[in-house]
Amino acid sequence: MKLFTYDAVSSLPAALAARRGTFFAGGTTLVDLMKLEVLTPERLVDIGSLPLTKIEATPARLRIEALARMADVAASHDVLRNYPVVAQALLRSASPQIRNMATIGGNLMQRTRCSYFRSVAEPCNKRVPGSGCGAFEGDNRSHALFGGGPACVATHASDLAVALVALDATLTLTSAKGSRDVPLAEFYLLPGSSPSTENVLAPGELITAVNATGGPRAARSLYVKVRDRASFEFALVSVAAALALEGGMVKDVRLAAGGVGTKPWRLAAAESALRGQPATLAAFEGAAKRSLEGAMPLSGNGFKTSLLERTVVKTLARLGGVS
Amino acid sequence: MAEPGDRRSFMKKATGLLGLAAAPELALAAREAQTAPPPGLHDVALSVNGTKRTLRIDPRVTLLDALRERLDLTGAKKGCDHGACGACTVLVNGRRVNACLTLAVTCRGKEVLTIEGLAQGDTLHPVQQAFLEDDAFQCGFCTPGQILSAVACIREDRAGSDLEIREAMSGNLCRCGAYPNIVAAVKRARDAQAGRAQAGRK
Repeated sequence: MKLFTYDAVSSLPAALAARRGTFFAGGTTLVDLMKLEVLTPERLVDIGSLPLTKIEATPARLRIEALARMADVAASHDVLRNYPVVAQALLRSASPQIRNMATIGGNLMQRTRCSYFRSVAEPCNKRVPGSGCGAFEGDNRSHALFGGGPACVATHASDLAVALVALDATLTLTSAKGSRDVPLAEFYLLPGSSPSTENVLAPGELITAVNATGGPRAARSLYVKVRDRASFEFALVSVAAALALEGGMVKDVRLAAGGVGTKPWRLAAAESALRGQPATLAAFEGAAKRSLEGAMPLSGNGFKTSLLERTVVKTLARLGGVS
Repeated sequence: MAEPGDRRSFMKKATGLLGLAAAPELALAAREAQTAPPPGLHDVALSVNGTKRTLRIDPRVTLLDALRERLDLTGAKKGCDHGACGACTVLVNGRRVNACLTLAVTCRGKEVLTIEGLAQGDTLHPVQQAFLEDDAFQCGFCTPGQILSAVACIREDRAGSDLEIREAMSGNLCRCGAYPNIVAAVKRARDAQAGRAQAGRK
């Protein structure tokens, strides 16, 4: 690990007054990447003990403060009852030890698991702008179908972010100048030609809360994750779905996919195909085909297209109670 | 646990230097307690296995390295050093964490429990006893982490079915593949603790 200075702050104003430095809380991403010297911050501002840990999950409203630990949110009965997709995504993330340490804000800020990004010996535009992308024509089995290009095809690693996109969640971002709410789907940026810029967070700005509206759709939601082993592994493909049914018809639906996009990927075409349709397997299969619109498979990840399609069908079928 | 003639005490005697270095370090520790740390170092007071300890450390030092290299508590093991194997699992304020991903400087005022602090004198913790009875290890390297993770798993009430135990213990890898016996040991310890709690209520 490279040398850094360390300061712990005990209040939000003190954190926001920090003129420079990298915010640090659970440390599960940062310490890992600092050991690899992928990240070499000069100063850590430890916000891990700020009192921003409240979890509110009424049927009407979800509000999770950014320093709530993943394990505590996953264990909340109100989250499981009113926003099941959130609890499921969290319980399928990482390990119990990491979920005890890692925060909600930190989870949304975690970096890609792309092996080229994680190795300082390899080229990576995200880590060293202009150094090239090893994955585009290299080992890209785990990489993105959507949102990438020759500069970067790294997937976004968070399961929680996928679940939250399916709930139309917003983030509260706070700086010394005040707070603003940003839809999570707009928080993340496509890599384009500058993959090192991953989100709209301004210098000194901090995620302070995650917000979503509740209702029948949020209450009938599900996260399905497909991976190389049964537990403690990142997604090859995952699907978050939220479904509102009325008289056997799909009144409204949200679909988002993980493991396939350079950011949590909203499956908008599949959603429109399904709205107003009967909640039947045939309708789900038809919509799932539309989830592949815009997919750009690479040399090693073509299997993800059919895997995504089938995972969408499986998720909707389980939610809709059909087989 | 260090029996005369075991590998660790042999290495300490053999190096000799370590013995010589220990005495000045103790004197230094006493002096340090009264002075502010030099720039770049931090004084961290924490409780380890119920004993108050003070460390003067560089912020890069992980809790795992502090335990092993500074406090001579070598029970927690360094496997992957990246939070992937769980060999370093300890409890901080009662919650299981990866000590290798925890900076020691963040543990100010916290309570750390390692495998060395689990038994009550010569009486093993029910999870330790169950690991012995079910032969839940082969080489033993991952065992301290497995045991602390199992203690937390039972405390979290996630030790129901075999499937639930396997999922709740998924942060601890065992390269010898002792998983079936580990699951059996977790169940045995769970039942032993439940039985004891019931007996206590009578």
